[in-house]
Amino acid sequence: MSTLDDRASELVAEFELFDDWMDRYQYVIDLGKELDPLDEAFRTDDYRIHGCQSQVWLQPGDSAGSVHFKADSDAQITKGLIAILLRVVNDAPATEVARADLAFLDQLELKEHLSPTRKNGLDAMIKQIRLYAGALAARSAASN
Amino acid sequence: MNLTAASSMTSQPDIGTLRSQFPALQTEVHGKEVAYLDNAATAQKPLAVLERMEQYYRRENANVHRGVHTMSQVATDAYEGARSRMASFLGASDPREIIFTRGTTEAINLVANTFGLGFSSGDEILISEMEHHSNIVPWQLLSERTGARVRVVPVTDEGELDLEEFRIMLSERTKLVALVHVSNSLGTINPVRRIIADAHSMGVPVLLDGAQAVPHAKVDVKELDVDFYSLSSHKMFGPTGVGLLYGKAEHLEAMPPWQGGGDMIEQVDFAGTTFNEIPHKFEAGTPHIAGVIGMGAAADYMEDIGWEVIASREQDLLTYGTERLAAIDGLRIVGTAPQKAAVISFLLGNAHPYDVGTVLDRLGIAVRTGHHCTQPLMKRYGIPGTVRASFAFYNTREEIDRLAAGLERAASMLS
Repeated sequence: MSTLDDRASELVAEFELFDDWMDRYQYVIDLGKELDPLDEAFRTDDYRIHGCQSQVWLQPGDSAGSVHFKADSDAQITKGLIAILLRVVNDAPATEVARADLAFLDQLELKEHLSPTRKNGLDAMIKQIRLYAGALAARSAASN
Repeated sequence: MNLTAASSMTSQPDIGTLRSQFPALQTEVHGKEVAYLDNAATAQKPLAVLERMEQYYRRENANVHRGVHTMSQVATDAYEGARSRMASFLGASDPREIIFTRGTTEAINLVANTFGLGFSSGDEILISEMEHHSNIVPWQLLSERTGARVRVVPVTDEGELDLEEFRIMLSERTKLVALVHVSNSLGTINPVRRIIADAHSMGVPVLLDGAQAVPHAKVDVKELDVDFYSLSSHKMFGPTGVGLLYGKAEHLEAMPPWQGGGDMIEQVDFAGTTFNEIPHKFEAGTPHIAGVIGMGAAADYMEDIGWEVIASREQDLLTYGTERLAAIDGLRIVGTAPQKAAVISFLLGNAHPYDVGTVLDRLGIAVRTGHHCTQPLMKRYGIPGTVRASFAFYNTREEIDRLAAGLERAASMLS
């Protein structure tokens, strides 16, 4: 099992503790509050992913072939979903992140939030994460 | 709809009976019957409309204005009957003044692309800060083509047009005043009679975006003496994809055609084509026949319910809703004009509208969140958007109670 799969299973198990949907949302919101703060310098248009409904800022980073993102949103539920995504992908090998299917989001029943029609910026954020991880993986492969 | 059913609805309709005519109101969302409070985005459709459209497709389907055969005649009669119906719905005396379009947006674009072609550098088009993008962008595009300038009448903190400023901006350079009748974001009912009188005193024609007005109250274009009026069927309980432009015959006759194609021509020759009379001059191609017939059925339905019933039910919902929402800690209503349609736009403390809308959705409550296609207006108030609850006559106080309870819950989750 990959790093990503392990982390995803852990999240799915955590969410299964909640019977009520509202409690799940509360948990998503609480996870957002624990997200590492984004440096103000990155809360600019250059790092902004436009969503019609909510905005996302994404700061990419990496070390030793693993990705590390910081991100923020002006909406709390969006921010919580960012926290969930980053818990799975951060400090995981770029090669894994680049081909991650993120199927666990289906199990969390949160996938509706990641649809482009939701216009909250999350789907574009995932594309950015994959692109960045893909480029990093390609660079690592070339330098090896 | 037969006459017995119609007359039984006139006085005091039973809300259960009323709601049972709208199948979509029985939809379940996340396990709960939907509280549909997004009527300003689109209204639900009564059986009378659905059945009329089905009847057309099942038994009358044929192209209009084309055939000598019986079905084509029947379809043409129904289509042209709907034109007369919409003329009387709006108080227009001549059905030729009704042009069917895809909706309000296309109606405004039609005027910009025909009437507007006569504008040039130095001319001005007056719009307002509370316009929907559909009454901003067509004029910006026209401005790029003709050099005419778009000027914007400001809005007060309460959400009313600054009429004093409007009068100052109105000048001999003004070639058209294009304003929203009822604001989709704020609910403000603009004093259009006075605005039209002021504009006409300077010889300036007026176009009104009536998309949010016709679902709530009787509009009489003759009485208003408005030059152009636009509406969308889907906001007045009819089908999507269809609407209309009312224009005074003198304007429509002088305007060049816009889209070219079948039906809008009189004679086509490679040496030159001559065009049909109004209204057909502006209806190129096979129209949305079922949609037009459905819109006519929606007009019938609304008048069967009755404007007094619609007004009194909506006023009750607006008053009750405003009271209930204003009592919620930290809730701020955006748009507090004294004359309002049944629309309440608001912010819940510092909570993002997206979060509030998401929580409400989980509770089976449908509201709109965001900028409502009025970004300049949101900028004016310094907010990213609002949550908007918009009511129709079929909504209930119980649904508003659910909204209020949902907002209390959202507030505690998002604090």
